[in-house]
Amino acid sequence: MIDSVVEKEYQGLVDAYDKAGGDRTALVNNDVASLVVHENRILSATEIEGVKLTGESQEHGIMAGLVVEEGCKVSRPVHLCFGILPQEGLQEIGLRVDIKRGAEVKVIAHCIFPNAVHITHKMDAVINIEDNASFSYKETHYHGESGGIEVIPKARVTLGEKALYENTFSLVEGCVGKLDFDFEVSSAARSVAEMILKVYGKKDDIIKIAEKVNLNGDGARSLIKTRVVLRDRARAEVIGETYGNAPYARGHVDCVELINGEEAMGKAIPIVMVSNEKAKVTHEAAIGSIDRRQVETLMARGLDENEAVDVIVKGILR
Amino acid sequence: MLAVENLRLQLNGKLVIDDLTLQVNEREILGVLGENGTGKTTIAYLIMGVNNYKPTAGRMIFEGEDIGALSVSQRAKKGISLAWQEPARIEGLRVKDYLKLSGNNFGMEQIKQCLLMVGMEPSQYLDRDIDNTLSGGERKRIELASILAMKPKLAILDEPDSGIDIVSLPLILNGVVELNRQGSSVLLITHNEKVMEIAHRVSVLCAGKIVRTGAPAETGRWFKDNCRACLHINVPADEDKKV
Repeated sequence: MIDSVVEKEYQGLVDAYDKAGGDRTALVNNDVASLVVHENRILSATEIEGVKLTGESQEHGIMAGLVVEEGCKVSRPVHLCFGILPQEGLQEIGLRVDIKRGAEVKVIAHCIFPNAVHITHKMDAVINIEDNASFSYKETHYHGESGGIEVIPKARVTLGEKALYENTFSLVEGCVGKLDFDFEVSSAARSVAEMILKVYGKKDDIIKIAEKVNLNGDGARSLIKTRVVLRDRARAEVIGETYGNAPYARGHVDCVELINGEEAMGKAIPIVMVSNEKAKVTHEAAIGSIDRRQVETLMARGLDENEAVDVIVKGILR
Repeated sequence: MLAVENLRLQLNGKLVIDDLTLQVNEREILGVLGENGTGKTTIAYLIMGVNNYKPTAGRMIFEGEDIGALSVSQRAKKGISLAWQEPARIEGLRVKDYLKLSGNNFGMEQIKQCLLMVGMEPSQYLDRDIDNTLSGGERKRIELASILAMKPKLAILDEPDSGIDIVSLPLILNGVVELNRQGSSVLLITHNEKVMEIAHRVSVLCAGKIVRTGAPAETGRWFKDNCRACLHINVPADEDKKV
């Protein structure tokens, strides 16, 4: 039940969640595990069988825990909603995730700051995915248009043997503000890690992305895929690192940054290293303006130039 | 419908299109046949206005209006479109959304029909992206399907047969015929004289110049006999220039 004191706050956040593409019915469904947090207050929490979802209020945020029990295959995604509605605030989320052996779960998270003028949102996550377990995490941010926000997500992820980890981070609505993204994955044998990150930088946004995968087990595989579009005076630096440390480890780093503005600036630093002769890691990085051929292909269908650019940008960030 | 008059294009001091004149009539398939490097794609680009190509001299009149100063999208809005020889790949743009860009407000059934006309099973392609995961042949067939969805007054098809397997080729050609049957004029560009069987007239291009125009069978034979083994690509023989 929602405490009457925070009901208004809850409604405001859920309305914003809805506008940001969230499924508000999931937050009131007792068959769906969910957690709604405004600033440092837990507004609602629903657990289901096999899924333990805990939260403890701290001075500037919460400590949250997600545990999926051994062998539990969660049929409906767990929904998380974090946000701050006022213009100013600090939210620090500590998150500990334990996906036990053979368990499977998908998590859909929304981070909502529609009125941000001076807000800091930090997430510090420790994620442990045990042998044969699967964890898919999709995080979508919605920021306002002022750019007065600093987002600092940090995660350390450990994969057991044959574990699967999929992480999709999307920040394409509103202004980014400042983003300092720092994820590192350590992979055991035959595990798979796939990290997809999509960011649309505008105005004076500053984007720093560091993603690192250590392929430590035999046959471990990974993909780091980053798509960044920059316009106005936005700047981005993307560092994608993969280390092939075990036989038959395979990794790929794929970064595309589209620059659509004279003052925007992008930088990509792929780092690939192999310390085992049977491992293989590859990379590709492309930074540049929007491809003229793509634009003219769409213009030849009757779109004007701006419409064509819009279709291309939406495509790459989809 | 389209009259190209005395068109010239000089690039880096080289005459790529040389006093080229051709006419595409309403509801006609005009074939342009030429070996590699004779300027076929350049003609397509000049008419569509892409690749920053602007004629050094000459005019392009479409439905009575000189289109030389119009942008690509303005030409498209007047009813001209181009199916590229090597169509661009666009990450994240789904086949169904690409076909819907045509501006004809096609519903899903009509979109599916366009794919079927080029031999593609809609359920396998509608939700795929037009990106690098498609083979060259698949991407080209989708390009033709998008032209079918657009139903332009004039469709410029740049080598729609290249990179297409022999099973799919008849489907592609049927698609072109169907496009024409539905009212589009077609400028069909290729180096394959067999493809010209579906054209009403055929012009042979040599060194940026039309050197012969006639009925498909006869012109195709002439092309095969004279151009296949010809060593003067980009330097047409004097007797050809007179034709």
